[in-house]
Amino acid sequence: MSQNAAIELRNITKTFGSVVANKNISLTVNRGEILSILGENGSGKTTLMNMISGIYFPDEGQIFIDGKEVVIRSPKDAFEHKIGMIHQHFKLVDVFTASENIILGLEDEKRFDLKAAEKKVREISEKYGFSLDPTKKVYEMSVSEKQTVEIVRVLYREADILILDEPTAVLTPQEAKRLFEILRRMRDDGKAIIIITHKLHEVLSLSDRVSVLRKGEYIGTVKTSETDEKSLTEMMVGKKIELNIERAEPCNPQERLLVSGVSCVNREGVTLLNNVSFTARSGEILGIAGIAGSGQRELLEAIAGLQKLYGGDIVYNDPKTGKKENLRDKTPLQIREMGVRLSFVPEDRLGMGLVGNMDIVDNMMLRSYRRGKTFLLERKAPKNLAEEIIKQLEVVTPGVSTPVRRLSGGNVQKVLVGREISSSPTVLMAAYPVRGLDINSSYIIYNLLNEQKKRGTAVIFVGEDLDVLIELCDRILVLCAGQVSGIVDARKVTKEEIGLMMTKIKTGGENKNGKE
Amino acid sequence: MVKNNAEIETERKVHEPLFQIVKRDAMPWYKAWLVRAAAIILALAIGSVVIIMLTGYNPIQVYSAMFNGAFGSTRKIWITFQDLAMLLCISLAVTPAFKMRFWNIGAEGQTLIGGLTAAACMIYLGDKLPLYLTIPIMTVSCIISGMIWAVIPAFFKAKFNTNETLFTLMMNYVAMQLVSFCIVFWENPKDSNSVGVINRHTHGGWLPEIADQKYLLNIIIVAVIMISMYIYLKYSKQGYEISVVGESENTARYIGINVKKVIVRTMAISGALCGIAGLMIVAGTDHTITSDSVGGMGFTAIMVSWLAKFNPIVMALTSFLIVFLEVGAGAIVTDPKLGLNESVADILTGIILFFIIGSEFFVTYKINKRHNSSKEEA
Repeated sequence: MSQNAAIELRNITKTFGSVVANKNISLTVNRGEILSILGENGSGKTTLMNMISGIYFPDEGQIFIDGKEVVIRSPKDAFEHKIGMIHQHFKLVDVFTASENIILGLEDEKRFDLKAAEKKVREISEKYGFSLDPTKKVYEMSVSEKQTVEIVRVLYREADILILDEPTAVLTPQEAKRLFEILRRMRDDGKAIIIITHKLHEVLSLSDRVSVLRKGEYIGTVKTSETDEKSLTEMMVGKKIELNIERAEPCNPQERLLVSGVSCVNREGVTLLNNVSFTARSGEILGIAGIAGSGQRELLEAIAGLQKLYGGDIVYNDPKTGKKENLRDKTPLQIREMGVRLSFVPEDRLGMGLVGNMDIVDNMMLRSYRRGKTFLLERKAPKNLAEEIIKQLEVVTPGVSTPVRRLSGGNVQKVLVGREISSSPTVLMAAYPVRGLDINSSYIIYNLLNEQKKRGTAVIFVGEDLDVLIELCDRILVLCAGQVSGIVDARKVTKEEIGLMMTKIKTGGENKNGKE
Repeated sequence: MVKNNAEIETERKVHEPLFQIVKRDAMPWYKAWLVRAAAIILALAIGSVVIIMLTGYNPIQVYSAMFNGAFGSTRKIWITFQDLAMLLCISLAVTPAFKMRFWNIGAEGQTLIGGLTAAACMIYLGDKLPLYLTIPIMTVSCIISGMIWAVIPAFFKAKFNTNETLFTLMMNYVAMQLVSFCIVFWENPKDSNSVGVINRHTHGGWLPEIADQKYLLNIIIVAVIMISMYIYLKYSKQGYEISVVGESENTARYIGINVKKVIVRTMAISGALCGIAGLMIVAGTDHTITSDSVGGMGFTAIMVSWLAKFNPIVMALTSFLIVFLEVGAGAIVTDPKLGLNESVADILTGIILFFIIGSEFFVTYKINKRHNSSKEEA
């Protein structure tokens, strides 16, 4: 045990049912150090951190803080040991101000003193270089500001071991850079920082050491200065892997889907999409970038007939008949009956694209169960399709009658994408299709999208990883607060340029339209 | 010995939880049934202890009284199966709604309204029309009235997203009051505050007896409904739509199912079956109506349906269990040799149900003793 080890894990094991989430993991974090925990989805990073922050309790193993064994049974225990976790999904009260959120739940306060709290929040902000207004309400904040509140909340409680779970997932490249500066300042202040991520370039630019997990097992720890992207990937995946995505030139692109002036308003009258116009061409992958919640989901749902339009038109050019069909105000069923072969891989796989409790055959049937004139279902064709998809996409499953929720994330996605592709679509929309997938599965999905592109499908791909968007897509549409802030050529644009567009809000009265 | 605070603190904290509850992977079906059988045996054993402690009787004597109550004579067996058929019919009726995650707790009212319609038909048509006309008219009216009672809350749910639990519950009271109101009209004899046996001598509008068995027709009808419901839920397109809507409304919208239509259609089926149950109770067995004609079966049916995990065939088993317990409990109370009161019967029923429902926990979860984690320093 080194002298300045802030926290040490020894032989930690945690199982959920028969799944071993963490197996015999030992690692150390020193004071004044940033340690990255790198691993694919499902490798057990978050489980491990949840055990440090008191959400789970390990089955086996010990945790030492400053050389003393501790038992952390609740987040409160974690706070007592000055451990603070910044979760991926913020846990803030929207109608409270920053400082109200920060002091929320502090019990040992003798008297509720908001003024003093605000003062302390300002001091912390100044010390580390946050820009945070303690009196601002959370609902008025941007995502990055909310994250700042989370971090300051932890610092306010004088945590000196900080755990950040995928902190950059919701940030633009610029915001991420600013966060890294702050984290470095905290490190220099003697804090121990653990960051969970699967983005290699972040690991390399930020951390001092990297610990790699794979399938719940501890693979090793390396100094960042002594490693590179390639060897880290190898540690992470367990084998050599080609990290290039092929991108063919679009052949014979035709205008397939013309979206013009589309606007959407939710029940509360808040504008979700504001005058969105673009064209999706056949044989091309159109990427859609934007901070989470900028209207990506609504846009795809509007095209698929799941969102009521406030204004605008969605015109589909039928490649066979040459007819133009307006999809506005059509239900998904009507769209299908019009002969529009529109496939949609929604963001929420088990909650929308598939039914988790149904088996693979019944999930295959979702799109086609109406076929046949009788009152009864026809299960033969879907069963054949299920077997074919399992074979072609190498879905790992005990059989066709396994409920899909029992499959791993990657296999669930293969089932969904496989079904959507099986109808040989002319338009294929995919929302975050690789979210939660391991590297191998991600590349299978990229390849499937590319295959569709070569077939002449107009592919619309909503992604969150800008590096992937730039490598995979032909053009990228950037959304910001429900508006199009630009459509750029993916072959020429840089990540930073997209990042700027993601936060640039158009000025003018447009934004207030439709807001009652 | 004085320990300092810090030491005491650490001692307290290195106290680890002893057990943990873990979700199982799917248990093979035979093992699951083994767990359930074990639960029943355990329930009987605990029940024996309670019997001895409370009454001093031989538990075997009490249990055999229960068994005799249900199967003691041919007549008793018929009654047990009749009760089973009625409960099963209402359970089958609520099943499509619950499978759709529509919390229909109004089966009581829907059945009662069906029964009320049957009584009305018997009173006003029974002696005027021939049986071959009365019965079809009566059947259709009962189906329609049960349907209406179920579709009203479904319509409001689909249209305005009202809370179906409260709505269907309130509809029960409306149905009960309606029955009370009609009883005043139909009183026979005067001032008895009851309808009495309708068409006692003419048997007008009574469902016919098959093979001289009063209950056989009901039992056959319910068996047919059970098999149809099994096929409907498992192999029909509409049944598939019900499953999708129940599992995830978003998925249903995504593939273009008209969710509102499915809700109303499913509740119409649910109500129609309740109407048939009402018909069988009033025109087939009781030949009279009171506001208690359904006797809480509309609520018991919900438990039966859930216990069977919405499988119509398994439902025959679960409703048998419930009916057996009820009839058996009744038998203990009336057995002159025992002379026990209702509370003992209720306690026994409670114990057995507790164990059977509790066994589902062990089918889904297992309890692990924590691995003895390194304690070398302690």
